[in-house]
Amino acid sequence: MSGLDIFLDAFFNQKVIDKYLPDILWGMVVTVQAALAVVVTGILAGLLLAAVRSFHIRPLNWLIVGFVDIFRALPPLVIILIVYFGLPNVGISLPSFAVLWLVLSLVLAAFAEEIFWAGIASIRKGQWEAARSTGLTLAQTLAYIILPQAVRLTVPPLTNRTIAITKNTALGAVIGVPEILMQAQTAQSFSGNATPLLLGSLAYIALFVPVVILGRWLETRFAWDRA
Amino acid sequence: MLNGAPILEARGIHKHFGALHVLKGVDLVVAPRELVFIIGPSGSGKSTLLRCCNRLEDPSAGSVVVDGIDLLDRRTDINAARRRIGMVFQSFNLYPHMSVLANVMLALRKVLKKSKAEAREIAEAALARVGLADKLDSYPAQLSGGQQQRVAIARALALEPKIMLFDEPTSALDPELVGSVLQVMHELRDAGMTMMVVSHEMRFARDAADRVVFMDGGVIVEQGTPARIFGSPEQERTRAFLANFQA
Repeated sequence: MSGLDIFLDAFFNQKVIDKYLPDILWGMVVTVQAALAVVVTGILAGLLLAAVRSFHIRPLNWLIVGFVDIFRALPPLVIILIVYFGLPNVGISLPSFAVLWLVLSLVLAAFAEEIFWAGIASIRKGQWEAARSTGLTLAQTLAYIILPQAVRLTVPPLTNRTIAITKNTALGAVIGVPEILMQAQTAQSFSGNATPLLLGSLAYIALFVPVVILGRWLETRFAWDRA
Repeated sequence: MLNGAPILEARGIHKHFGALHVLKGVDLVVAPRELVFIIGPSGSGKSTLLRCCNRLEDPSAGSVVVDGIDLLDRRTDINAARRRIGMVFQSFNLYPHMSVLANVMLALRKVLKKSKAEAREIAEAALARVGLADKLDSYPAQLSGGQQQRVAIARALALEPKIMLFDEPTSALDPELVGSVLQVMHELRDAGMTMMVVSHEMRFARDAADRVVFMDGGVIVEQGTPARIFGSPEQERTRAFLANFQA
């Protein structure tokens, strides 16, 4: 066999493709489910935490800042392993998909909270004062005046962070979540061929390139004139 | 004209910002339909006094009663009290993400719980009153400073406040835009609105104010009719300050 044949056999093996493509496709479905679940809960939780933080209740804010700093500092893989292999020792056993979803949601929530908080803090004090002077409550001011302006500012950094964290669904492979990487790795060890890993990469590209493009579109869409 | 129970009664107001003692025992009573004009050098505490009158600042000591409501009483619903107190800011503070109409309608809908149709009607009337009936669907960024400030006045006016507080309403405006805002304030005064105005527009004070209050160093140095304060101030500090404005 020529060098090219060896290369093609290792990475583009038709037999392996035929046999394992369904597994990879199923892995894509699982990855999409996990990513969507993480994005929804992570961003909502982050927004909620940032909103709570604007009430300036000191003990609560210490808790929020502590949570945010810890979850931003720890590598997500470490948290996943602790939750998946550690919590059963205290009687809490969660399915692997739930662990992946929970941990990545918490990590995204921590980053999203910081981003939303930065957005809220960047709104001029006069906006709060004008709204409060008309009798709006703090919560109403937050909902109608501050967040609509703050959220626009946070779209670009939030998009980047969200993409980065949803890609971490690949960490599910370590605890047996049947997502793309897990399927590719399994197929690779059964077939003794690297083709499934290449298929896995293509699956990630197919999923995330549109997300990156969507992110770019969102950035331009929300880059508004604040004059 | 100046009879009846006071609309606003501030007694013994002190305000500390950390080590800074900004207000040192200020008493000020405003009667219905009165236009009280507060002047003084920057740092004299005049804006802080104004902001104590709707509790954007919490006084460190003293009492503020507006329309019979004790603002500093713990049981007072401050949001309910604030709808009786309109405020206009130096930097307009319009909501940039909302149309002019939505800016004025928001508190009517969310605080006074008016129906959409009713809120719209009131907001349109308020905007017509400040001469902006044709700008309902514009956004703040599309308006001149003078127009923005008039929207801000309409936003406060729409809630039918018992008193309106103006915090240097024309200081951020280009000179040629000041007139339109002052004209609206003049019309409000003629319509019987009670007003407390912190400003450097001395000519407006002379024309429109019932009383001019001169503050310096956190206290009221002297007060009286515009004719007296501008014509024959008793205090040396007042004379020195007014000398800056004899153009």
